[in-house]
Amino acid sequence: MIFEVFRQERRGQAFAHAGSIDAPDLEFAEAWAREQYGRRQESEALWVVPREAVREVHDFPDELSKTYHRVDGYSLKAKLKEARERAQTAESAGALSADG
Amino acid sequence: MDARTQEFVEYVQGGGQVETGDWMPDEYRAKLIKFIEMHGNSELMGVLPEREWILRAPTLQRKLALTAKVQDEVGHSQLIYRVVEDLGKPRSQCLQDLVDGRSKFHNVFHYPTKTWGDVGVIAWLVDAAAIISQKALLKCSYAPYARIMKKICWEESFHILHGRDVILTLMNGKDEQRALVQEAVDRWWGPLMTFHGTAIPADEDPMVFWRIKSQGNEEARQQFLDGYVPQIWELGLTVPDQELRKNDDGVWEYSEPDWDELKRVVTGHGPMTAERLEFRRRFLEQEAWVREVVLTEAA
Repeated sequence: MIFEVFRQERRGQAFAHAGSIDAPDLEFAEAWAREQYGRRQESEALWVVPREAVREVHDFPDELSKTYHRVDGYSLKAKLKEARERAQTAESAGALSADG
Repeated sequence: MDARTQEFVEYVQGGGQVETGDWMPDEYRAKLIKFIEMHGNSELMGVLPEREWILRAPTLQRKLALTAKVQDEVGHSQLIYRVVEDLGKPRSQCLQDLVDGRSKFHNVFHYPTKTWGDVGVIAWLVDAAAIISQKALLKCSYAPYARIMKKICWEESFHILHGRDVILTLMNGKDEQRALVQEAVDRWWGPLMTFHGTAIPADEDPMVFWRIKSQGNEEARQQFLDGYVPQIWELGLTVPDQELRKNDDGVWEYSEPDWDELKRVVTGHGPMTAERLEFRRRFLEQEAWVREVVLTEAA
């Protein structure tokens, strides 16, 4: 059986795929994962997962071009410029009327 | 070349990486298997010259360090054979082809380890030459292989430290100990100079074409010379090559290595080839019952 091994290097970090192990059962897989990825204390924790248990998902189409949930869906630069100019104009207009 | 293959070539040549389940041209898969399998074989055969010295190591600390190095290298071969297996060639077949002499392993592992000086030179200079190739594989177009290379390179860096420590201890010892190191450097220089292969231009190397390797052979050798010849010289050791020198343009010049010997050795005619393959075969057969018991119990 093939087991995929995910490794957490330090507490708080994400688990990242480290490699796979060929073992007859989970008990052997754990023993070998410990030897391969933990014997120098280089890992905080391991996830040992039978390969069949991993569901791989691909392709994420965006048919409706839903830009509103992406960073590039918001072009603030031009709008901000306009807003700043407007605020400045209003300010100087206010100053003029105060002088008068 | 069909359009799909053409597109694949452009993808990998542009730095793209490939995963196990992705479509790949048959030729790419075959090249990967051959290359990675030879790497796995080399890790497995590479422990034999060192294993011979575990019982003869000069101190308990050295014995433990050498045992740990052997465990590291066998661990590398297990990781590497897993990658080969996912590409379609089972590990059992790799091992059978190895002991039957149908596949290759690196030239440096076909030579004897005559003294403790050889053990030091192997861990220091052979591992240094190997880490140069392996670091370049971190950028391999086949991602699962590139990923395990991170762990392998990390562990190899311990081996070089271990090797340097052995060498420095000997060099700070008696004349006889310094002589052991010099003799070992003399013995290993030839195999080290052919280790990275002939100076085939990178754009004619099929392994570079598919971006399995990203570095030309001569580039790797130059990097080795540049990094390690000064380290050898500063200890008062000499290199057995009268032509060896660094030119003003930074390129190292050296006498033509013995390519015939390289060819002879890697095709199974090295001084220790038969003996070490026989050793592997004996253990493969002797331990077959362990695999049987484990697999029967698990079933």
